[in-house]
Amino acid sequence: MFKHILPALAFGVVAGYISVALAATTTVEQKDKKFSQTEITVKKGDTVSFKNDDDITHNVFSTTSGMGFDLRTQKPGQTSDVTFDRVGKAEVRCAIHPQMKMYVNVTE
Amino acid sequence: MIRIAISTIAAVAFAASHIASARAADNASVAALGPAAMQSLAALKAKYQRPTSIPFPSDNPYTVEKAQLGQMLFFDPRLSGNNYIACANCHNPALSWGDGLPRGIGHGMTILARRTPTVLNLAWTELLMWDGRKPSLEEQALGPIQADVEMNQNLDDLVKKLSAIDEYKLRFTMAFPGEGLNGPNIGKAIATFERTIVSGVTPFDRWIAGDDGAISVAAKRGFDLFNNKANCAACHSGWNFTDGAFHDIGLPSKDIGRYKELALPSMMHAFKTPTLRDVDRRGPYMHDGSLATLAEVMQHYNTGGLQRASLSGDMKKLDLSESEIADVVAFMQTLTSDEALPQVPRLPVVPQPRREAAR
Repeated sequence: MFKHILPALAFGVVAGYISVALAATTTVEQKDKKFSQTEITVKKGDTVSFKNDDDITHNVFSTTSGMGFDLRTQKPGQTSDVTFDRVGKAEVRCAIHPQMKMYVNVTE
Repeated sequence: MIRIAISTIAAVAFAASHIASARAADNASVAALGPAAMQSLAALKAKYQRPTSIPFPSDNPYTVEKAQLGQMLFFDPRLSGNNYIACANCHNPALSWGDGLPRGIGHGMTILARRTPTVLNLAWTELLMWDGRKPSLEEQALGPIQADVEMNQNLDDLVKKLSAIDEYKLRFTMAFPGEGLNGPNIGKAIATFERTIVSGVTPFDRWIAGDDGAISVAAKRGFDLFNNKANCAACHSGWNFTDGAFHDIGLPSKDIGRYKELALPSMMHAFKTPTLRDVDRRGPYMHDGSLATLAEVMQHYNTGGLQRASLSGDMKKLDLSESEIADVVAFMQTLTSDEALPQVPRLPVVPQPRREAAR
């Protein structure tokens, strides 16, 4: 599943030390009714930032089992984040514009 | 019109002669515009160039045999359970491949839930039907045949029915070597024919290609409004005047539309954007045929539509004047082709027994 996050920080305790791991953020733009990348690979726990760079409304979502999300309608200029915390391959689409498709590979 | 481009040219190239003509461009109409405005208009017009070939999928490529067979099937009423409803009954070429009715009429005079969409330019459409429930033209073609409220024809029975007609058996063998007549191949043949149904060249296309006098001054104003203040091009984009996408445009209809197929809030009451090609011949309008004229359609958009959670973010109150609405309508009326209609095919029949020739 996903969750929206603000800071991309993950905290953990390892062998008695406090470590601060900085989760990565990848940005995917929506422009001319296309995603800027057709496929990306991220680590589990990373965030993908979906930005609407078009002058029309989009609605990014995924129905891939265990990885689904719905960013609802995004007005031009809006950005929404999705954190992928399960390993797998999510098909990401725009509900409004069916020709917009991409994949997010999530690895350990 | 290239609608039935069943020639021996497998590449199905078309319209080159229409497109090739001058881009020497627009001197008269843009004489009053500055260089920046001229550049802007040229860039805008470039988005409306007609394509030069028809796309066919790799798993059902174009062949003359398939397209000819598909054309016969499309016009053959024996594809219905009662042998009197052809695809062409509702998708009538004489009515720009629609039926001119508010809502379609099917088997037993059943009035259907939605208006019959045109089949113009479906080669460029990703999802079919008002709600996008069919992912390919091949699957779509078989849907209405089998629907009990439309053509009410069991597919297995149809295969048997067509198998009794020798010419059909032969044509399926030629179109699908090694496979012949079966249910999926009926869909493939019809889909191949449907992809050849392309809207004809219009005054607008001639204007885009460089004939400045091809459309009126009012239509040129309408084109500007269409792309700017009226915001039509947010959805009715490109040469085919559709984004192939799904929007709730705020009509007071209870039909949930795309939401039935994709249960996301934005898909409630959302329907696929139709092409505007031949639009002034294809009233009444909207998915439910609820608006009789293009002026009424524009009045609807002018209000911004019914305010509700699913209303498209691209809908807004437009504040168009009556004069501006008339200009947009004048523009849309330049999207109609006056090219000749295609001929209907001669359908295969079971030959009457012939007496032995007299000696």
